[in-house]
Amino acid sequence: MKEIKCECGHVNPIGTVLCESCGKPIEGNQHIDGNDKKRLLNMRYDGTARRSQTFNKTFIDKVWAFFSSVKVGVWLIVLALIASILGTIFPQEQYIPINAPNRDPAVFYEAQYGIFGLIYYQLGFHNLYSSVWYMILIALIGVSLVICSLDRFLPLYKALKIQKPKKHKTFLSRQRLYSESENVTDEELKLVKERLAKMRYDITEENGNLLAEKGRFSRWGPYVNHIGLIIILIAAILRMTPIFYFEEYVWVREGETTVIPGTDGEYYIENIDFIFDVHDDEKFAEALEKEGMVPSNYQTDLIVYRADTPLPGAEPELKPILEDSVQMNKPLEFDKFTIYQSGYQLNEFSSMTFAIQEKDNEENDFGSFTIDLTNPESEYELDNGFRVVIDQYYPDYYLDENGVPASETNYPRNPAFVFLVYPPDENAPEISFVGIGRNVDATGENNYKLGIQDFDMRDVSGLSVKYDRSLPFFGIGAAIFMIGVIQGMYWQHRRIWINPNNGKVLLAAHTNKNWFGIKKEIEIAIKDTNITMVEDQQELDKSS
Amino acid sequence: MDKAEAKKRKKRNRLIYRSIILAVMVGAIIFAVVSNLQEDKTIYRVGDQAPDFQLKQINKNNDQETITLSELRGKGVMLNFWGTWCKPCEKEMPYMQELYPEYKEKGIEIVAVSLDNTELVVDRFIDKYGLTFPIPHDKTEEVRDLYKVGPIPSTFFISPEGEIVEIVNGALSLEKLEGSLNKILP
Repeated sequence: MKEIKCECGHVNPIGTVLCESCGKPIEGNQHIDGNDKKRLLNMRYDGTARRSQTFNKTFIDKVWAFFSSVKVGVWLIVLALIASILGTIFPQEQYIPINAPNRDPAVFYEAQYGIFGLIYYQLGFHNLYSSVWYMILIALIGVSLVICSLDRFLPLYKALKIQKPKKHKTFLSRQRLYSESENVTDEELKLVKERLAKMRYDITEENGNLLAEKGRFSRWGPYVNHIGLIIILIAAILRMTPIFYFEEYVWVREGETTVIPGTDGEYYIENIDFIFDVHDDEKFAEALEKEGMVPSNYQTDLIVYRADTPLPGAEPELKPILEDSVQMNKPLEFDKFTIYQSGYQLNEFSSMTFAIQEKDNEENDFGSFTIDLTNPESEYELDNGFRVVIDQYYPDYYLDENGVPASETNYPRNPAFVFLVYPPDENAPEISFVGIGRNVDATGENNYKLGIQDFDMRDVSGLSVKYDRSLPFFGIGAAIFMIGVIQGMYWQHRRIWINPNNGKVLLAAHTNKNWFGIKKEIEIAIKDTNITMVEDQQELDKSS
Repeated sequence: MDKAEAKKRKKRNRLIYRSIILAVMVGAIIFAVVSNLQEDKTIYRVGDQAPDFQLKQINKNNDQETITLSELRGKGVMLNFWGTWCKPCEKEMPYMQELYPEYKEKGIEIVAVSLDNTELVVDRFIDKYGLTFPIPHDKTEEVRDLYKVGPIPSTFFISPEGEIVEIVNGALSLEKLEGSLNKILP
């Protein structure tokens, strides 16, 4: 292939299919768009040279040519698709179950899934979506998008800019809409021109050759659309950086102060009160009875502190910077963060009061003591000489697989105790086991028992703390994407050529969509003239 | 001849603009990849310096009042995160206690950070297993967050120079524990 000077005098870049100026099919390049096998011309990108070739190919040119191929782009997308599917076969690293015997991914995948698990791990699929190669694959799709667009947009833009009203006969006769007419007067041509102008066609005239064009704007739609996609891709990349995106989830118990994770111990949050309201309007009493409880409010009254910690873990110096309440769908902002009410757990025990009673006669009360479940003492002494030692404390009691009492979590959801009760002036304790709905006399010889007299509950609030500065970029990208779609969908690029040729008048037309519409407009333009109505040659292609 | 000149310039310009566009895109990709890795930097990995912390020590069998990691420089440190309710943690504790006296002599400190809420539970646990190594109490879970410890047990083996030599997620067997301790001998 080499640069080709067309008979119209225009010099076309290498790889051109249809002369940029007159549209004449360039010999030797017709296979590129498959024109050699068809009656009609393929008008994609107006037959411009896309994969521009150069004689002295540098490395840059080779890279460029590679990414300029739509085929390569499609393959990149297919690869990304397959990779994304593979990543869902086994759980990703962060979803390895907590109770797995060994959570080290090097061991877990093989132990759990056998040889396939081992291969999965060795290929790095256990950490797919943030792996370097996956990110690069996605980025290459972006590169392909940019280069494909540039390599198609620029030549198309140029070709449409330098197109001439005079087209080669072959070009015209191989358009889908085409007619030849005889005995057409100049007046008639003038009339047609005026009618076309009235239908808001841009008219270019040269030596009696006429080009009427409208809606070229529509051709830029796909490229505008791609710009939007690229902005979205960039936003997605930015979102991976901590400057643009931060999200942490924190559980805070009423009355407790916890560090906000991920802030390097800079911020603490205190839960003053968690409020959980339900609807209790008389009007809806019947409906509520049927439905049960319907929550109306989730709210946390909280204080945010900025901490001055000399060293992580050391007692921090807390300065309150915000005291407010956060409700569901009413987030709270401080500094660069936003707090959302995102979860709750009701009724964790915070303290319990036990009474010492005579076993056979519960009326006989020897006083009581209160255990603060967040900070239980090891021993409680009553004024009357009774002494109670907490031998074991199970915040979240259950019997493990060996039938041994144990705690399932760290939190007092189902507290249970083994108490040693020392009656006054006695050295031998009585052992009793007390929990919610449980009161066991281990030896069966106890004289006293401990009864739960009272308890306090507290709630736990789940708050998510985040900021996302990439959202405006996603918004802009999506808006541009949509503009591009609208631009390409709701406008049509229509061109009508009228060329006198050896005493005949050749009329051809092309549009990128809505052929019915352009035929209608031609009909109006040539009404009552000697110009023959165009014939739709699409059928010719099918039959050939 | 002007034409040849113009063509040459055009070709050169095209090379320049292609190079610039490619350079910008490659730059963006490198930025994305590096910043993604950087984010992972907040997770301390093998080869990183172990971040310093200070916590109250609550094991009455041990006479230290607070534990500051940086003060343990020169000793190999086994930094273990555990909780009394966690069965695998409970399983590895006796192994740690079994090896502690021997390896303490050799210049290794076992630091078992408790993530429990209540001291009492930890005290009872210590009594049950007769633990003598320091047990700092991370009540606010700040140090847990610092080391990005997910599910427990998690153990960091830190060299005398303060570098993380090995990270073990999940329970340790006696042999594995001994092998890892030998890696951080001063």
